Amino acid sequence: MKFSIYRYNPEKDDKPYMQDYEVELQHGDRMLLDAILRIKAMDDSLGLRKSCREGVCGSDGMNINGRNGLACITPLKDLKEPVILRPLPGLPVIRDLIVDMSQFFKQYHSIKPYLVNDNPPPQKERLQSPEDREELNGLYECVLCACCSTSCPSFWWNPDKFVGPAALLQAYRFIADTRDDATSERLDNLEDPYRLFRCHTIMNCADVCPKGLNPTEAIGKIKEQMVKRMV
Amino acid sequence: MVNRIVVGAHYGLRDWLLQRISAIVMALYSVAFLLCFLPRLPLNFEEWHAWFAHPVGKIATLLFMLSLLLHAWVGVRDIFMDYIKPFGLRFSLQVLVILLLLVYALWAVALLWSI
Repeated sequence: MKFSIYRYNPEKDDKPYMQDYEVELQHGDRMLLDAILRIKAMDDSLGLRKSCREGVCGSDGMNINGRNGLACITPLKDLKEPVILRPLPGLPVIRDLIVDMSQFFKQYHSIKPYLVNDNPPPQKERLQSPEDREELNGLYECVLCACCSTSCPSFWWNPDKFVGPAALLQAYRFIADTRDDATSERLDNLEDPYRLFRCHTIMNCADVCPKGLNPTEAIGKIKEQMVKRMV
Repeated sequence: MVNRIVVGAHYGLRDWLLQRISAIVMALYSVAFLLCFLPRLPLNFEEWHAWFAHPVGKIATLLFMLSLLLHAWVGVRDIFMDYIKPFGLRFSLQVLVILLLLVYALWAVALLWSI
């Protein structure tokens, strides 16, 4: 199978270049990550992140034939050759397919991704009705792979100011949580022309999400809460 | 001055709503305009004149124009926020656009009330 992979080592290379590889697939190689690991065995200078190899850790997000995705859950049979692999767009490249995610996580931390509740915890646990819990489905499953945020032009242009789809999905996860007491502060934190309203609903995020989540819908619900609060 | 990333201007929601409401006004006006005039085409000068001279036509058209200008303001500012990074340039362009849109608004009033 033929591959063309983005290579860049800032210590050695003046500028990035594409390197071609041809790899013999073995029995049982089903996902893109299997093929990349074969390439890595041939050329150990190739840099990439991976860990769980089953779409749970979110480490191996990359741009696959022009579309962001997780290599470990992208079936090889669906890919057109040569498979063009690039790092996630819009983030600084550390080496080859490894990007610097600092900005992404900075935005994630800015939405306070934890439960805020100053009431003394009950003896067992803070309970939710099944209906209230239902609202968190489609939100909590995010693995923070950054595929969505790095496919969002608004995040490319303003990564320092726009929170980005991944973190906004998490923001709504806590706004929607009935056990959280900081809803108003959370809405205040986002009511800004840059932080939330750079989203122009083009839905690249929902289109690429490897977990099938829909950040655009969550962003819509945040706006809905803001309108409800105002009117 | 220290270089800090500052966000938190609390007008995001207001402008977002403004853009949506102005879009609805423009859509309603456009549909009503087409429904009124398509069946009666071709219209002569007197008929056009009568529509714009009538207070309902005048005010509806002015409302449409104001919606258009407000809608344009939010849209153009969005483009500047996305693509124009230097603060001074962005600020100057925004002021320029506001002035231009104000001129258009006055021009629209002048036109409509000259009929």
